[in-house]
Parts: sequence; C-alpha cells; structure tokens
Amino acid sequence: MTATTHRSSNPAAQLGYDQPPARKGFFTDTSICIGCKACEVACKEWNMVPEDGLELSGMSYDNTQGLGASTWRHVAFIEQPKSLGGQESNLQHEGVDALALAGGMATSPAPSTRTQVDLGMPGTVLPGAEGDAGTATPFRWLMESDVCKHCTHAACLDVCPTGALFRTEFGTVVVQDDVCNGCGYCVPACPYGVIEKREGPTGNDAVGLAQKCTLCYDRLKGDLEPACAKACPTKSIQFGDLDELRERAQVRVDQLVAAGETGARLYGHDPDDGVGGTGAMFLLLDEPEVYGLPPDPVVTTRDLPEMWRRAVLAAVTMLAGGVAVFARERGNR
Amino acid sequence: MVPDANFTSYYGRPVVKPSPWTADIPAYLFMGGLAGGSSLLGAGADLSGRPMLRRGARLAALGALSGSFYALVHDLGRPARFHHMLRVAKATSPMSVGTWILTAYGPMAGLAAVSEATPFLSRRMRRSVLGRRLPTVGRAAGLVAAGLGPAVASYTAVLLADTATPTWHAARRDLPLVFVGSASAAAGGMGLILASPQEAGPARRMAIAGAALDLAASHTMESGMGVTVEPLHEGRAGTLLKAAKAFTTAGAALAAVGRRRRDVSALAGVSLLAGSVCTRFGLFEAGQQSARDPRYTVVPQRERLDQHARAHTPG
Ligand code: SF4
Ligand code: SF4
Repeated sequence: MTATTHRSSNPAAQLGYDQPPARKGFFTDTSICIGCKACEVACKEWNMVPEDGLELSGMSYDNTQGLGASTWRHVAFIEQPKSLGGQESNLQHEGVDALALAGGMATSPAPSTRTQVDLGMPGTVLPGAEGDAGTATPFRWLMESDVCKHCTHAACLDVCPTGALFRTEFGTVVVQDDVCNGCGYCVPACPYGVIEKREGPTGNDAVGLAQKCTLCYDRLKGDLEPACAKACPTKSIQFGDLDELRERAQVRVDQLVAAGETGARLYGHDPDDGVGGTGAMFLLLDEPEVYGLPPDPVVTTRDLPEMWRRAVLAAVTMLAGGVAVFARERGNR
Repeated sequence: MVPDANFTSYYGRPVVKPSPWTADIPAYLFMGGLAGGSSLLGAGADLSGRPMLRRGARLAALGALSGSFYALVHDLGRPARFHHMLRVAKATSPMSVGTWILTAYGPMAGLAAVSEATPFLSRRMRRSVLGRRLPTVGRAAGLVAAGLGPAVASYTAVLLADTATPTWHAARRDLPLVFVGSASAAAGGMGLILASPQEAGPARRMAIAGAALDLAASHTMESGMGVTVEPLHEGRAGTLLKAAKAFTTAGAALAAVGRRRRDVSALAGVSLLAGSVCTRFGLFEAGQQSARDPRYTVVPQRERLDQHARAHTPG
C-alpha cells in the first residue's frame, strides 16, 4: 500500500492549480459507526439541504434509504444473521469482563467453550417452535455512513456539458449551482448513484439542478473540517489529507483482521481501481454490495475512446450508404 | 441465456441512479436521427435532380430539428440556461460534443429548408441579389448538413452508452450502428411518404438498407450483452422493442414490394417511422429499467471480480 500512496497526490495539480493544498478526503470506518445519523443531520443543517421525504421505508431502521439530491450523507443500516468477528450472541454475560475483552482486541479470541443459557428474553421464533433459546443465533448490525466518493476519475465531472461540475483545489468534485442547467447527464454517469437532480416546486432552492456532497467546500476554504466529520461522535467519519488517511485506514484494517474480523476490508483506497481511487474511502465489514455499493465500479468514460471510434464508424457507414443509394442508380429510377 | 447468478444488494435498492430524462430524450433520439437522415437524402435529391424528394426531405429535416431543439431545452431542469452548454467544449462529454454538432448542423439544415421558399417569393425578390443566390446557398448548406447529419444520428448512441446505466453501457459497441440504421430507415420512410414513386427510389433503398442494418446490428448487440440484455426483453421495453422489430420488418417488406404504388410506399414509410420511434423508446426504457434493478449493476461487476480472482489464483 505504501508504495502506491504517492500516486494519490492531488489531481488538482494536473489541472493548472498553482500549488494546491494536499488532497482532502474522508475515511469512513464503518466498524465503529453507531448509526446515530449525526452526520446526516449536521450535513443538512450546514448545507441547508431540504427535507427529502418523511416516510417509513419498512425495510430496516433506515428510512433515509439512499443518497440523493437532498441526502448528501446517508447511514445504511443492515441486519444480518452473521456474527461480528469473535462476538457471540445469546450467551450468558455474568462474569464476563467486557472491558478486559475489549482490551484484548489485538489477538484473535479462542473459540468459546461456554454453553448457551436461556436468559428468559423474548424469543425470536413462534412460541413452542424449536430452536429458540439455547441455539446460538449469529446476528449483527452493520452501519455505514455513505457519501459522494469524490472520485479521482469522476464520471459526473467528465460528462457535464456546462462545466458546472469542477475539481476544486482540494481535489474534490463540486457542482456550481449558478452554472448547472439541470441537463441531468451526471446522474446516470455516476457509478455509485450519488448525484441527483433536485425535484420540487420550481423556484425553490436548487430545484432542477444536480445536487450532491461538496465535501463542505465552504468550510474547507475556512480551514474547518466538513460538518459530518465534525459531528460524528465516534470518529467513524475521519477527515484529512488523503495520503495520511490511506495509511490510517490500512493500520485499522490490519488491526481488525488480526482481531478476528476477517471480513474487514478497505473500499476505494486503491489508486488502481476503476475510478482511480476515491477521495472518500471506507472500511467495510462485508462485500460492498451489502451496503448498496458497486463491487467493481468503473468510470464510464474509460471506454469513451472506443465508443467514439464506433460512432465514427457508424456515421461513415451511414454517409457511404447515403451516397450509395443515389450512385447505384443512374438512369433507372 | 446467462446462468442466474445469485447476488446481494442493499434491500433491493438500486446501486446506480436512472437518468432523470423524460420522454423528451427518446423523442429527441428519434427526431435527431430523422433530421440527420433527411438531410442526407435531401442533398442527394438536390444533386440528382429530384425536386419533390429534395423539398420533402429538407422540410422534414427542419421539422425534426425544431422538434429536437424543443425536446432538448424542455428536458432541462432550468430551460432558460440552455445556452450554458455553449460555455465549454468537452470531448469527454458526449452531450457537449452533440451540442456543438447540432450548433453546426442546425443552421445549415435550416438554410437548406429556407431555400425551398424560393418559388414562393415575389418576382422582384426572386430577381434580387439574395433571391438569385438562394438555390445555390441552399445547395451548399444542404451539402454541409448532409455531411453532419450522420454525426447527429450516431453521437446519440454514445450519449446513452457513456453512462453507468448497465444496459446502455453494455450496448456501447453496436448501439451507434443500430442508431444510424434506425435513422436511415426513418428518413427513408419519410421520403417514401413525401415523394412520388418516380423520385422515391433512393429513399426506398435507404429505408430498406437502414432497416436491415438496424435489425442486424441489434441482433449482434444483444448477443454480447450478458445479463444486461434481459431488460430488452421484459416489461414495457420488451413490448416496445418487439413492436419495433415488427414495424421495421413490415415497413422494409412493404417498401420493397410497393415500388410502383404510392399508397403502399406511404404505408411502408409510416411503418418504418413507427419502428424507429419504438426502437428509441424501447432502448431508452430498457436502460432506465436496468438502472432501477441492482442486479444489472452488481452481477456483471461480481463476475468481473470473480474472473479476475480466478485468473490470479494458482492452480
Ligand atoms: S461518486 Fe459519483 S457524484 Fe461523486 S465524484 Fe464520483 S462520479 Fe461524481
Ligand atoms: S445536471 Fe448540471 S452538473 Fe449535471 S451534467 Fe448537467 S449541467 Fe453538469
């Protein structure tokens, strides 16, 4: 990993910025997220993002459901019949020193020899049915605060025909509200489904324009950290220089794997991935698609030279055909 | 068929977002193709001395172009800012490239159509400097429009393919051929409606060749798309594309047999135009559907990762 860190240098440097600051980004460590949604709220307050529907999703505790024009941070909530690392559920807790266990995180815990005890808790199956108390039910909650990835190769920025989307001096990707004309091209271009056109009554703020996380461009200019990172009580959302965050993320994932959480992995940290690495990376505990993230995102414009070649071929075919339908027929109409 | 791969998602929610585009955009795909093809036909008719076909094709091009412009502006979130497209020129943005193609093409196609007004001018105006030059100007403009017309018809395929919308992106290789085929079939069909059988020969051949290209390229395209081909055969998109195939095939057949009959030719033209409309709306809808279902994003990416992992595991 350390061998590749130099390549994360700020893409703004190649765009004519004179001595830009270090590339800024997020490292979201989902293993310590408690799903409090402080980030969602702080983001809305600071950026004056309007309400985006007050319905119950019925799918989980997550009623926000996904990123969009009026949701720039979204806390995903997943309930799974899997255990979290060496953690065991449905066990008797008397005599267990939780603090001591937490302190021993660095080593993989030995398989438990303790027996299952009925704690008299309400069951998870119908009364009288088999397999309640005494049967270990592996179970865990995963929480992840999702956000715009501020891609190194950002499809949204590539396809924007007005130049409304631009790369800031911090290496982040931001929409200029006074330039965007709401063509909507960036929306299907984003491989993560982040950016969206804001709907609502015309005349309301930014309605009809593409909207997404700005990585708090205004705060960054004032030397403040983004609102979400500031509000996060567990430091699940960490803000900083991207190079440094990458190192920190690597240390953390190594620590978790050593502690027995073998599902821990980094997402978006690799400068060789399909989007050239992201400015917002994540530590996940399961496959990306479990969190609604694409497992192998690729910036669509990577294939653009091939697409233009095929389009030129098609246009030439049509032109040649047009000539042929007239040329082929002299005299016999 | 592709084996039914298991996949995980976040409560079935989409991974990518479908485009916010309304029916304006598939309508534009159709009209842009019709305009481009008609300009080609109009210039040929002009050079080969087919006044009825020339007039019909030039006016069809202007009509379709006006419709295109309306649709494109109407679809914007802020229509009053449509000219912001002219702030920049970006090769990485097919929409930007398309804007500049249309900016060059539009006035030329317009001028060619305006030159058709020559016979309606008063004798004095016809004799004026401008009046005497109008047919020549129309011819020159028509030739430039004919050169740009195929680009108008084919770039729209890249417009769709250059997205994370699974079905559009997977169709990227052959979609431009499908689009120019469909455009030629539509423009040829329009020519069959507007010109007499004596003049309609080239329109007929363009219609039949375009229909054949559309059908053949669609077939090749579908065989290389993996799991993302499914939305082309299901739901509303499936119905539209089935109808497209039927209209296009019937139109081409009628065009071939109706050589001497204007009524049969006109019917062929209507059928081909309907086929082109259905092709555009069907392909558009299939893409939207592929974005709404996480399966089409996750499964191909998973397969790619698994293949990569297999290739890098010894043994
Ligand atoms: S995640 Fe999407 S919206 Fe964010 S920078 Fe990347 S392409 Fe653009
Ligand atoms: S909607 Fe706005 S930001 Fe998005 S591509 Fe169009 S002009 Fe650019």
